[in-house]
Amino acid sequence: MNIIEVRDLYKIYNEKLLPVNAINGINVNFETGEFTTIVGPSGSGKTTFLNILGGLDEPSRGDVIIDKVCINQLSESKKTDFRMKNIGFVFQSYNLIPVFTALENVEFIMQLQGQSKTERTSRAKELLIAVGLGDRLSSRPSELSGGQQQRVAVARALASRPKFILADEPTANLDSKSTENLLDIMEKLNEEEHVTFIFSTHDQRVVNKAKRVITIEDGRVVSDVRK
Amino acid sequence: MNTYFQLAWRNVWRNKRRTIITAASVFFGVLLSAVMTSMQEGSYAQYIKTIVNSYSGDLQIHKTGYSDDKVIKNAFVLQPEIITKVKTQKQVTAISPRLETFAMVSGTELSKNVMILGIQPSTEDEITHLSRKIVSGTMLSDDDNAVMTGSTLARYMKLEAGDTLMLIGQDFKGLPVVAHFPVKAIVKQASPELDRSAVYMSVKACQHFLNMPDRITSLVVMTAHNEDVAGAGKSLRSTLGSGFEVEDWKAMNRILLTQIESDRASGAIIKGILYLIIAFGIFGTTMMMTLERRKEFGVLMAVGMKKYKLSMMLLFETVLIGLLGSLAGILGSLPIVWYYVEHPIRLTGQAADSMTQMDFEPVMLFCTEPSIFYTQALIILCFSLLIGFYPMLHVRKLKVNKALRS
Repeated sequence: MNIIEVRDLYKIYNEKLLPVNAINGINVNFETGEFTTIVGPSGSGKTTFLNILGGLDEPSRGDVIIDKVCINQLSESKKTDFRMKNIGFVFQSYNLIPVFTALENVEFIMQLQGQSKTERTSRAKELLIAVGLGDRLSSRPSELSGGQQQRVAVARALASRPKFILADEPTANLDSKSTENLLDIMEKLNEEEHVTFIFSTHDQRVVNKAKRVITIEDGRVVSDVRK
Repeated sequence: MNTYFQLAWRNVWRNKRRTIITAASVFFGVLLSAVMTSMQEGSYAQYIKTIVNSYSGDLQIHKTGYSDDKVIKNAFVLQPEIITKVKTQKQVTAISPRLETFAMVSGTELSKNVMILGIQPSTEDEITHLSRKIVSGTMLSDDDNAVMTGSTLARYMKLEAGDTLMLIGQDFKGLPVVAHFPVKAIVKQASPELDRSAVYMSVKACQHFLNMPDRITSLVVMTAHNEDVAGAGKSLRSTLGSGFEVEDWKAMNRILLTQIESDRASGAIIKGILYLIIAFGIFGTTMMMTLERRKEFGVLMAVGMKKYKLSMMLLFETVLIGLLGSLAGILGSLPIVWYYVEHPIRLTGQAADSMTQMDFEPVMLFCTEPSIFYTQALIILCFSLLIGFYPMLHVRKLKVNKALRS
């Protein structure tokens, strides 16, 4: 079942002065439970594409339909709500709230959703245990390694039970051991809990784990391979 | 809301040194402002108390027209029903009749223009506490045909209790009158003006001297609290009707009030500059706290935090810094003010002379009125709320994808 439909997507920067086509007519669908990587050289449009998929950026033309909702037609406030309920984000540089503990970071998104204290604490603990950080619940980001921070970020992304998770170069700042560890966790979540992951990456190890690899060049999909 | 407050509180302490420096600037500003205001208000209260308790009382009732033309022709007959009407006002605690005029006092070598204050000693004492100010002799009684003089006047005229002085004046019909009076007591008035020119005698003796039995120029009224004065005045005006005018201490001391207002205004300018400096300190910190966290704001918005919630959190941060400093400033100023309330500053030298020349005791009193302290916190709160608009506007304009890239 398609969870995301991308139709005739364009993103043109500096449209009036010196137009740069970052996305140049992408048509692609994503299905529930997929483990997809988007690869391509620097400047090919991977991050822009992911940002538009996540409702963080506006397309110049075309539509992104998530679960029958055309997100680029939503108001900013509704889009924020939509992101909170439907999309999980994992960023390259973790981007945890530095003044919150690991547990509070994971709980925070559930707090935004209005879940009760008991419910969110229990789920946050469960997720942190699942990513192997059951013993670091009270640690602040500055007390965690890069790999541990990224695992907290994955737990945070999963906290709101999103329809899919967008991960922009999640392993770029990690050593090989942490990368391996993180990928194992994501693969397990995908296989056991059917969490849909869409990555943008340069990392071959991520590509190797993926079940579908989409290659983008000059803002166009040049290949779409399902393994 | 609790989470946003918690988040704001932790963000405030992210850069401890910066927060402490900003809060410290607020602390010193509030401390200085509170102590300065306490000293100002204490001094004003002292001036007012001096004026009210040494002469004017809270209110005075005169025949209509007396305040514009203070002559004994504008005296009135004190009917018992007037006293009854005044005494039935619930705010009134004391009343005393007065007959005031000017005369010349003459001694063996010197003479001087003086103010004759015909008083009813038994009731006047409840208002101006004259008996406590006697430095030699004994207090007049209601039936005495004697006088009390201010100590400066007595020194000038080389008078002592037991001596006799001669008063030369004009009676109710404008005819000259002369009489000798024994000096029963010398009083030391806080007001130098009164101390060098007041001659007190019983109202009966004064009426006899001026050939105007039963007439007085003023009925002095005291109320329980300063806040009651306006209410009592309004009530007396309607009770007594158009034949009488009721003046409160403010109307009788317009010059003093103008001086106080102008002093308050200059104090407000100084405090305004002080608060402006503090406000810029808070603004600088707020600006840094906002600009250096653009990416973080982007992340918060990406994961679903709405802009208005983010704005609220940033507003909390600004207000917290301001309130932390101002609460510390208030707490810091309390022991200082308390110390000076217990140990007022006695002025010496030229400062003391200038105070004395203005008829006031040369002492700096402090005031503990709660509004002095919470006003400082309110001012800082207002400034903080105003400054809080900066991060709010910043967040309003923020684009998630741009913030994430910053």
